[in-house]
Amino acid sequence: MKSRIFVTLKDGVLDPQGRAIHHAIEGLGFSGINDVRAGRLIELDHDESVTKADVEAMCRTLLANMVIENFEIEQS
Amino acid sequence: MRAAVIQFPGSNCDRDMAVAIRQITGAQTDVIWHRDSALPPRLDLIAIPGGFSYGDYLRSGAMAARSPIMQAVIAAAARGVPVLGVCNGFQILTEAGLLPGALMRNGGIRFVCRTVSLMVENSQSIFTSGYDQGEKISIPVAHHDGNYFADAATLDQIEGKGRVAFRYNEPVNGSARNIAGVLNDAGNVLGMMPHPERMIESIHGGSDGRRLFEGLIRQIA
Repeated sequence: MKSRIFVTLKDGVLDPQGRAIHHAIEGLGFSGINDVRAGRLIELDHDESVTKADVEAMCRTLLANMVIENFEIEQS
Repeated sequence: MRAAVIQFPGSNCDRDMAVAIRQITGAQTDVIWHRDSALPPRLDLIAIPGGFSYGDYLRSGAMAARSPIMQAVIAAAARGVPVLGVCNGFQILTEAGLLPGALMRNGGIRFVCRTVSLMVENSQSIFTSGYDQGEKISIPVAHHDGNYFADAATLDQIEGKGRVAFRYNEPVNGSARNIAGVLNDAGNVLGMMPHPERMIESIHGGSDGRRLFEGLIRQIA
């Protein structure tokens, strides 16, 4: 079983990496991009016995920093 | 006096920190490996040094903050043992929940490595009594993730309680309100991005960092 965890910066938290990526995209000649936010994808391959609540606990205690980040979990 | 410097894989200021503490305070200073689960007894100071623990994987300080020794550090901090975190040590203390906020990628993206001017915002703490209130001091920084972030309510709260120990006199890394060092509510935990242990004798280009340790020894000896 797999859990895909998307860790993203909270709204209102400035994202210097996203801004640099934005500049790089424009430097390559692409236009029309209004904003870039960079995040992180973490994939867990795990036993069926690991519940979504377990994965949420992992996110809260380690995988995301709740001061600056949000997370979403997709399981398949 | 007895001190411990915590060493993680990727720490690189552990020796400098131990030398500074030994030379200035005369404390018996042990370097403690992160896999240990217990600290030496009757500690007067715990220092979390700079470096790139765990290669800054996941987030700077995130892995180190969950290593076995940190449970002992958190317990010691709750008992009132002074804990000083410098650079990566500051990142580890925020990740461990001992200090509010988070340290994000520098606003200008670049690694910043130079001596900066700091304002001593609170000279009443055990860590800052060697300085005068409002004094300007020079201490080097060397970091990629020193951009201090906390929400406005948290910032107002720590400012209102005098918990900003140091502030940059110039824009350095995009830190909220130019905050360079933060105390916990009880005043026994300090996290700061600048490196006082790198400015302890004139051959370093100055000795403003030395006074942090001199003030500390007077407070806790």
